[in-house]
Amino acid sequence: MSEILSAPYVLEYTYTRSTGPVVGRFLESLRYEVLEGVKTADGRVLCPPLEYDEEGEPTTDEFVQLRPSGTVKSWSWVPEPRKGHPFDRPFAWALIQIDGADNAMVHAVDAQKAKRMRTGMRVRLRWADEKHGTIHDIACFEPMASYVPSPVHLEYDVNPGKHYSAYLRGLQEGKLIGGRDPEAGKVYVPPRGADPMTGNPTDEYVEVADVGVLTTFAIIRIPFEGQKLTPPYCFGAIVLDGADSPIYHLISGVPHDEIRMGMRVKAKWKPQDEWETSLENILYFEPTGEPDASFDSYKEHL
Amino acid sequence: MRDVAIVSFSQLPSVKAIDATDEPELVQPVTSDAMKQLGLTQDDIGFTCSGSTDYLPGRPFSFVAAVDGLKAWPPIRESHVEMDGAFALYEAWVRLMHGDIDTALVFSFGKSSLGPVPDILNLQNDPYYVQPLGLDSISAAALQAQAMIDAGKATERDFAEVVARSRMNAIDNPNAHIKGDFSVDEMLEEPYISSPLRKSFCSPLSDSAAAIVLAVEDRARELVKRPAWIRGIDHRTEPHALGQRDLTTSPSSKLAAEKAGLVQGKVDLAELHAPFAHQELILREAMGLGDEVSVNPSGGALAANSLMTAGLIRFGEAASRILSGDAGRALAHTTNGVCLQHNLVAILEGE
Repeated sequence: MSEILSAPYVLEYTYTRSTGPVVGRFLESLRYEVLEGVKTADGRVLCPPLEYDEEGEPTTDEFVQLRPSGTVKSWSWVPEPRKGHPFDRPFAWALIQIDGADNAMVHAVDAQKAKRMRTGMRVRLRWADEKHGTIHDIACFEPMASYVPSPVHLEYDVNPGKHYSAYLRGLQEGKLIGGRDPEAGKVYVPPRGADPMTGNPTDEYVEVADVGVLTTFAIIRIPFEGQKLTPPYCFGAIVLDGADSPIYHLISGVPHDEIRMGMRVKAKWKPQDEWETSLENILYFEPTGEPDASFDSYKEHL
Repeated sequence: MRDVAIVSFSQLPSVKAIDATDEPELVQPVTSDAMKQLGLTQDDIGFTCSGSTDYLPGRPFSFVAAVDGLKAWPPIRESHVEMDGAFALYEAWVRLMHGDIDTALVFSFGKSSLGPVPDILNLQNDPYYVQPLGLDSISAAALQAQAMIDAGKATERDFAEVVARSRMNAIDNPNAHIKGDFSVDEMLEEPYISSPLRKSFCSPLSDSAAAIVLAVEDRARELVKRPAWIRGIDHRTEPHALGQRDLTTSPSSKLAAEKAGLVQGKVDLAELHAPFAHQELILREAMGLGDEVSVNPSGGALAANSLMTAGLIRFGEAASRILSGDAGRALAHTTNGVCLQHNLVAILEGE
């Protein structure tokens, strides 16, 4: 047992501080979302304003209004803020030279990610919602991007057309439907309305197997915008038995280093009660375990 | 001008926490030891001066309580600075110039273990523009370190190398807090506290106390065989606002070193007070200290940093090497304030 007694102890002083004509004017202006600097005797501008410059010369009583933006001169990323910091999430401290000023201001930058911070970056001031005539009236600064948001939003009704509708209806019943050129005999899955080789209509529908040959594949390892799956995953081209064109789907149920061209694969269907008019009725294709198809048997489909 | 020398030095080992001590309990062992080495008592001391800050223990006027660690009856001549003990040494040096007394006792104490030191040091910042934002001392130093990187003056690896060398130097220092063979690569894997500063790039926070006795001319020669003469001492200060300084340079330490007489001869060693690794690089460049100078043979503040005491310890460590005859001429430096605002430099020399 320790002989030394110990107890928590809080030290607080409820001091107030007089502000004077220079600091006081600056802080008061913040209430009205006005950012001002003060001119020095030799014509420079200090923001935040001080009563004396570094030469010890009194600054003038001439104030200039400044744009609420500036440039980061140095910064420090704080991954785990301390109690008393301006944010309780990661943020940056920065020395910010306000546009039109010759000195720099210490403040926080709400940048979300350390990667967004660099010396020389442009920042804009974010005002606090409630103002009290203190430096906290500047909530923080935020990165200024040299681009503007430019989203597009258009609303359409789509219909898949007659042949694709037949294909999707087939899927709803667990069937894979292709369109056949009656002259050339080629079967396209999904049906396209015409054989691109002959130009003949492919009005004849035939059902093809849910088993086929993996003709080629890619393993996706990099993330991208709008990605639904977590990398790595495999995407492959499958020529179903009875078809002359491939469909594209996920390859799963096999280690990635064992996936190969010519591998025989079979559709893994969702439970029947979940079937819709969608290729998503098939979760993925997996190996059948049959011997691989020879290269010559599918090379024309590559 | 009278010649003034450091004639004795005593310190408590710097450790994370010295539990069993209030102010007098910290002060008494070092002041009594510094005097005892010379066969002196408080009655032989002409002037006593201390450096400390009340915010460390969180007790207003704790420096007054510290006097209880001295023999202050009959009444003594005493003063205090709210700065590192090295600045108290400077005041004592000035006081000795009056010519009426021949000895002075300087001491300081720092219990960093009681409070939130990085937040306490925010109280040094401008109370209108910076202090309300909560700019802790590590984050302020980080702005300086990043400015050095941006200016192409140093890399994080340079910072780590300063730390590795300092803590290796400290291996033989029984009073150091953190010492040993630290891997630069491992330091560079540590997470940031405030980028680009990682834990190892900051000094540890230590508890300690230190005392030095000063004596003039023949009095010094009577007391010790080889006094560490203060050939020059100078204190310079820069503007307070961080946004009004080039943080990558230290014009105040450059000027203080010049005025203290650094250029009048080569120094064997320099004890620099750099609480953050990058600050040693700034100080070396500003003072023009080349590779031929042994910097911080004690390990410096990166190996032991008792606030308000680490600077006085730099003076003591430099003087000890002259008193022992191991060094001929040495530079002692102390800083206070945010990002090296104040710098005090002295040149010490044996005869």
